[in-house]
Amino acid sequence: MTTSNYRIHGATGEWEVVIGLEVHAQVTSNAKLFSGAATAFGAEPNSQVSLVDAAMPGMLPVPNRECIRQAVRTGMAIDAEINAWSRFDRKNYFYADLPQGYQISQLYHPIVGEGSLTIEADEKAGIPADKVIGIERIHVEQDAGKLMHDQHPSMSYVDLNRSGVALMEIVSRPDMRSPAEAGAYVRKLRAILRYVGSCDGNMEEGSMRADVNVSVRRPGEAFGTRTETKNVNSVRFVMQTIEHEARRQVDLIEDGGVVVQETRLFDPNTGTTRSMRSKEDAHDYRYFPDPDLLPLELDADFLAECRASLPELPDAKRRRYVEALGLTEYNARELTAEVETYARFEQLLAETAAKLGKSEKDAATQVANWSLSVAPGVINALGAEANPANATAAAQAEILAMQAAGEISGGQAKEIFEIVLRTGREPAEIAEAEGLKQVSDTGAIEAAIDQIIAGNADKVAEYRGGKDKLFGFFVGQTMKAMQGKANPAVVNQLLKEKLDG
Amino acid sequence: MSVDRETVAKIASLARIQMDDASLDRLVPEFNNILAWVEQLGEVDTSGVEPMTAVIENHQRLRDDVVDADPLTGGGVRDKVLANAPAAEHGFFGVPKVIE
Amino acid sequence: MTDLTELGVKAIRDGVASGDFTAREVAESFNANVAAAQDALNAFIVATPEKALEAADAVDAARARGDTLGKLAGVPIGMKDLFATKGVQTTAASHILEGFVPEYESTVSANLWRAGAGMLGKLNLDQFAMGSSNETSYFGNVISPWRKEGSNAGLAPGGSSGGSSAAVAARLCPAATGTDTGGSIRQPAAFTGISGIKPTYGRCSRWGIVAFASSLDQAGPMVRDVTDCAIMLEAMAGFDPKDSTSLDLPVPEWEAGLDPDLRGKKVGIPREYRMDGTDAAILKSWDDGIAWLRDAGAEIVDVSLPHTKYALPAYYIVAPAEASSNLARYDGVRYGLRELPQGANLQEMYAATRAAGFGDEVKRRIMIGTYVLSAGFYDAYYNQAQRVRTLISNDFKAAFEQCDVILAPTTPTASFPLGDKVDDPLAMYLNDVFAVPASLAGLPAMSVPAGLNADGLPLGLQIIGRAFDEQGVLNAGLAIESRAGFDARPKRWW
Ligand SMILES: [Mg+2]
Ligand SMILES: [Zn+2]
Repeated sequence: MTTSNYRIHGATGEWEVVIGLEVHAQVTSNAKLFSGAATAFGAEPNSQVSLVDAAMPGMLPVPNRECIRQAVRTGMAIDAEINAWSRFDRKNYFYADLPQGYQISQLYHPIVGEGSLTIEADEKAGIPADKVIGIERIHVEQDAGKLMHDQHPSMSYVDLNRSGVALMEIVSRPDMRSPAEAGAYVRKLRAILRYVGSCDGNMEEGSMRADVNVSVRRPGEAFGTRTETKNVNSVRFVMQTIEHEARRQVDLIEDGGVVVQETRLFDPNTGTTRSMRSKEDAHDYRYFPDPDLLPLELDADFLAECRASLPELPDAKRRRYVEALGLTEYNARELTAEVETYARFEQLLAETAAKLGKSEKDAATQVANWSLSVAPGVINALGAEANPANATAAAQAEILAMQAAGEISGGQAKEIFEIVLRTGREPAEIAEAEGLKQVSDTGAIEAAIDQIIAGNADKVAEYRGGKDKLFGFFVGQTMKAMQGKANPAVVNQLLKEKLDG
Repeated sequence: MSVDRETVAKIASLARIQMDDASLDRLVPEFNNILAWVEQLGEVDTSGVEPMTAVIENHQRLRDDVVDADPLTGGGVRDKVLANAPAAEHGFFGVPKVIE
Repeated sequence: MTDLTELGVKAIRDGVASGDFTAREVAESFNANVAAAQDALNAFIVATPEKALEAADAVDAARARGDTLGKLAGVPIGMKDLFATKGVQTTAASHILEGFVPEYESTVSANLWRAGAGMLGKLNLDQFAMGSSNETSYFGNVISPWRKEGSNAGLAPGGSSGGSSAAVAARLCPAATGTDTGGSIRQPAAFTGISGIKPTYGRCSRWGIVAFASSLDQAGPMVRDVTDCAIMLEAMAGFDPKDSTSLDLPVPEWEAGLDPDLRGKKVGIPREYRMDGTDAAILKSWDDGIAWLRDAGAEIVDVSLPHTKYALPAYYIVAPAEASSNLARYDGVRYGLRELPQGANLQEMYAATRAAGFGDEVKRRIMIGTYVLSAGFYDAYYNQAQRVRTLISNDFKAAFEQCDVILAPTTPTASFPLGDKVDDPLAMYLNDVFAVPASLAGLPAMSVPAGLNADGLPLGLQIIGRAFDEQGVLNAGLAIESRAGFDARPKRWW
């Protein structure tokens, strides 16, 4: 394995940082893990709380099939062991956001076992080669409620809307060695979750947040004591947390202190971490199997459906784009980074290939270039004038097909797309009405060429004498004579015939 | 195994039950009596025996992912949720201010 | 006219159906008994005479319309105050829930109201169902209607369903709900000369019942005889999708299936239940039971339940462990008592609230439960207890290869004077030594009255059946009942 060369330079020498992440990802579901209350974001306080979520006396949990299904699919997406027999445990602690006095989670028998994901090489970020990051487990658990501290001088307010929402806790191995690796891991994990559809990956709304475990050691020595910084909610903050924690721990050790295993909190305003007073019982959660629930046994049909419903995943898709579609590594990576991006690309590719009567492979490079640079360029240039809803796959496929057929030039394609974005008009109709078509009529082009040859006898002679470079001059003159609307391929062919004649 | 007063005090704190010295003094011997008695379980050879998971043969059912399918376990019942709260304010439960 | 409070469930249901009397007359009679006995027996925490009348009037109106009547139409009942009742204070006999008025109805109580029953009130119990003498209630002891001959000393009605047992024995209600975690239906039934059955774990929904120990808690009826047990259990039981441990099975027609003829059946006598310290009177009544069942046609076989001795200590790990977690929700945030000393922070509020709200026995069990689950002890205590529980369950499975039901005493002694055991938790726990094994194995078990001891106090016999075989249990109970001729009742002194 290629190791990161990321080092903290302390007063006494170099230190290596060891990072493990526990990512909490909100499972995409309509209802909560153990109750029928809704999970939608942003509702009025305590309006999405059932008697079960409020832990009224005598309330009982019944698991939501979809939450279990999504966790299993996620496990399959990281090639993990799926435990057909798992069970829920109670994690006991007292806090105002935890109505039951315990969180229903899975400690002893998680639903998903050992798996992994691969972060890609990124020289600039200090990741010299692809690296496999181990994932120890994924378990399903309840989210807690929310405390509001700034609404009353002497009270905190409790909102239980999130209480009981299903989370997947995805626990990595301590395999990361730099902030960049951790950042890449979170981004990759997020992409996988979004591909699978098991989490929307929206970190701002708290759908994904990471507990960041950091320790430092002399390179090659045993692991040091780690701290856990809770609920860090962006890739950037994860990286900042690591930078700060590693530095803090190194300074502490070099000053003769010891790192204590503790729970810390990240402050985004200062980019620093501090010890969390409210988690002082964190070492004694008194886990035991939840007696309100039976073991979760998943049958073969359930598992088969989970497997069958998995989409093509980022790594496989990227490979296919390169190997089967002939795209460059760069394009393949860009197009597969986000679900929306590949979905748009694949739809446009299918429609364009169909219109052209060509294979997807033959259309892929054109559609990729259009998707990654041409179309975004036009859209950005137009700014607020563009109505993105007009950029349908059908309209773009039509433009691409006209271009591929030589009916319009690349420049005309952009112009037509611009009008489409502004007005929603049909591309073919725009080309016709606005005169945005190129001439492929050999008669008109031949006539223009004949005139140019006649008027530039000296240059013709030079060309024929071996000065190949002059070909460009004749192309330019012809295009000019055709007011830029001639099909360059036709122009090239005719010029070749006549000049080489 | 016999537990001391400090351990009992720690357990009380973990269980969030405030206990004065007198209560602790009373509880320590009782606690030890009960523990000594339950520790006879250590005599039982349970090697190869699985801890009980389900007392009666039964399988965990899974619910459909439908919001408010049953009003008794659905949301949208804020008034009911807050009805018995010692300090409900502006739709929230109020607690003494927490410093995290 | 006969005193309607002399009637049991079946007689009331049939009498209302045939128009011999109205449901309102029945409710009024029992309401009067409840009111008259409250000061002396303290069986109820809250009486709800208007609820009983309202339900009765609905039944009378339904009958007048010619509607089909429910299984318990016109039967007023007492509801153990562990069941959440919408709009009526539900306390689990704890200060911490004083004043708590649920916005929901437990599944079992809802089933009962749907069957045409009405509520006379919420019955007193041991706090959070933790106790065997009803001396741990925040709302005062329940006094048994029974007295030793020649003594006025207050006796324990048993626990935790002591309000239920006292109320049924004293004719304050023809039927009451109970819950049984480690004997809390059977032991008080035995102490008060009534019948009670704990069905197979999962028969009755736990939804809306204040939880004590989830893997053990089961609701069941406490009534005057076996037939009434069958009728009421049919109304209480049923699959509930809101309870993950609920059994998704149809409710058998236990009443229709009652049959005291035990020819072809085998009754197992577990030799390990012959324990030191068991009353001679208890052993005698056990022998009577054996004779009666043989007379009913059963073959008596000797069976062994080798891990019986370990049932009680296993129970006193598992139940407190589950309770310590189940009772964590009583924290003064969302309902119930809140103690907020000047300047207290959140965690101090929890500790103060729970200190003020829970009684001593509840605290003791929360502490034990917290300890056995705490870091480093989980395996030695909790997991070992759950392994022993597996062995106990296996013992029963093996025994039921040789027999259809098991006959044993319900309790090692008859009722004892209040105050006798309050200072000795272990002595109190021993009350449930015969009841706990069936609880740990989730099996149906009932207590039926078998006779009186020399002091004139009732003794109960326990029948334990295979999982799902409540019918076998009820039938054996009926065979005993029809031979025991138990018609003793407490002399009215209240
Ligand atoms: Mg964590
Ligand atoms: Zn977690």
